[in-house]
Amino acid sequence: MYVAVKGGEQAIANAHRWLADRRRGSRESAELEVAQVEGQLRLAVARVMAEASLYDPELAALAIKQASGDMVEAVFLLRAYRTTLPRLAETVPLDTAAMHIERRVSATYKDIPGGQVLGPTYDYTHRLLDFLQLAKGETPTPVEAEEMLATCPQILELLDDEGLLEREADDGSEPYDITRDPPDFPVDRATRLQMLARGDEGYLLALGYSTQRGYGRNHPFAGEIRLGRVAVEIEVEECEVPMCIGEIEISECQMINQFGGSREVAPQFTRGYGLAFGHNERKTMAMALVDRALRAEELGETPTGPAQQAEFVLAHADSVESAGFVSHLKLPHYVDFQSELELLRRLRREHAARRLQPDEQPTTAPEEQQA
Amino acid sequence: MTSARRQRILALTPRERLAEHWARLGIAPDYRCVRGPETGMAMVRGRMGGSGKAFNLGEMTLTRASVALDDGTPGGGPLGHGWVKGRDAHHAELIALADACAQRDDWGQRIDAELLTPLEAALHVEQEAHGCRAAATRVDFFTMVRGE
Repeated sequence: MYVAVKGGEQAIANAHRWLADRRRGSRESAELEVAQVEGQLRLAVARVMAEASLYDPELAALAIKQASGDMVEAVFLLRAYRTTLPRLAETVPLDTAAMHIERRVSATYKDIPGGQVLGPTYDYTHRLLDFLQLAKGETPTPVEAEEMLATCPQILELLDDEGLLEREADDGSEPYDITRDPPDFPVDRATRLQMLARGDEGYLLALGYSTQRGYGRNHPFAGEIRLGRVAVEIEVEECEVPMCIGEIEISECQMINQFGGSREVAPQFTRGYGLAFGHNERKTMAMALVDRALRAEELGETPTGPAQQAEFVLAHADSVESAGFVSHLKLPHYVDFQSELELLRRLRREHAARRLQPDEQPTTAPEEQQA
Repeated sequence: MTSARRQRILALTPRERLAEHWARLGIAPDYRCVRGPETGMAMVRGRMGGSGKAFNLGEMTLTRASVALDDGTPGGGPLGHGWVKGRDAHHAELIALADACAQRDDWGQRIDAELLTPLEAALHVEQEAHGCRAAATRVDFFTMVRGE
């Protein structure tokens, strides 16, 4: 129960002014520019866009600066901004096979058409602090090969020839949209993927990891991981064909998992899928693991781990909702607490009275004991 | 050139470059905005496994504009439309203006030849440089041979 409490305006104004000063930091250093955040903290920008569910690198960078680098707060800021904009269009589903590849690796096949392309990765770095970053130095430009990268077909399509892999098929159905109608459990896979795509990365990573440790094991292989730019097209009434509005950076993970099958369908590999805005590889891997885990029921598996319980997983995945409900504990609960105090004092009085007369029956009525 | 191809080139080209090339053409008719420019969002969709059923991934900012040329054509001049990701109103308006002007017979060919063709070529050059950077990080495997 909350009671309107007035007062504190001056304290709040002064607190925010101090916060702005803390954000600015020492005036001896130059002020951080939003363009610097956008250009130099790209992975932070990608994470905020993915979890805010809004692709706009400049605004994500602004949110990170405004939140002093608090990613959950930045996600909240961008998500809140999103509610001020009208929806103008839906895009044609992204054609990730036509991606302009920056990175593309497979852990299931060594020799693949187009090759293993590492791209700008932190993999294989030694995780030693690079003290040169403390000094101002020149960064060399990237190496360019003489010939550009050949086309990289989707690797999972290659497995398909023998029928070894579960086939994805488009039935043309219109996907559920949780921004229009709140999810109503149980939810279908399209809804789950929308919720996972905006889910907190740390949370999904922990759940994905839990499946690897045995809480709902599904034997994953990273079939293909890709990063790159993909064209976005929208359907507009002014034109018969879709219109390209630009390109966005996308990360994708195709996980191949152990077998499903039935009396009718021969055993085949099953799949988990991860897709996220920006350079967000870890997120897409975690998402693909959890997507597969949440398909347990559909694939006839007995759920044994938390990651396989859709309502539990999805209802707690959104950092804006989680942070909001945890943070509300900071609101005044003065009256609530006062009533608890009074109850506790009465229980203690009664407890003390019983101790003085140990043979007597308890006098407290059952409903009062429950309170 | 089809309007879809025109739109694609104009949306992919950074606004500064587009504005510079457009100014060089010297085509500057009177026009008015009949819609926007206005910023909103597009819901981006993906496909399960890259090829399956559609799902909603998340939104992106999008700006659109429509302009009509005030060129004395009876019944109103050509109407042009522009869409571009992000929040740049000038960019969307410029795309719409170029789209409207390209529909006039006297300007259409010049816009194709002097604006769109070089802009498309510039996009190709960037694409290729990008592809060459990616290719430089492609792994060349070699197999260690044990014994004889």
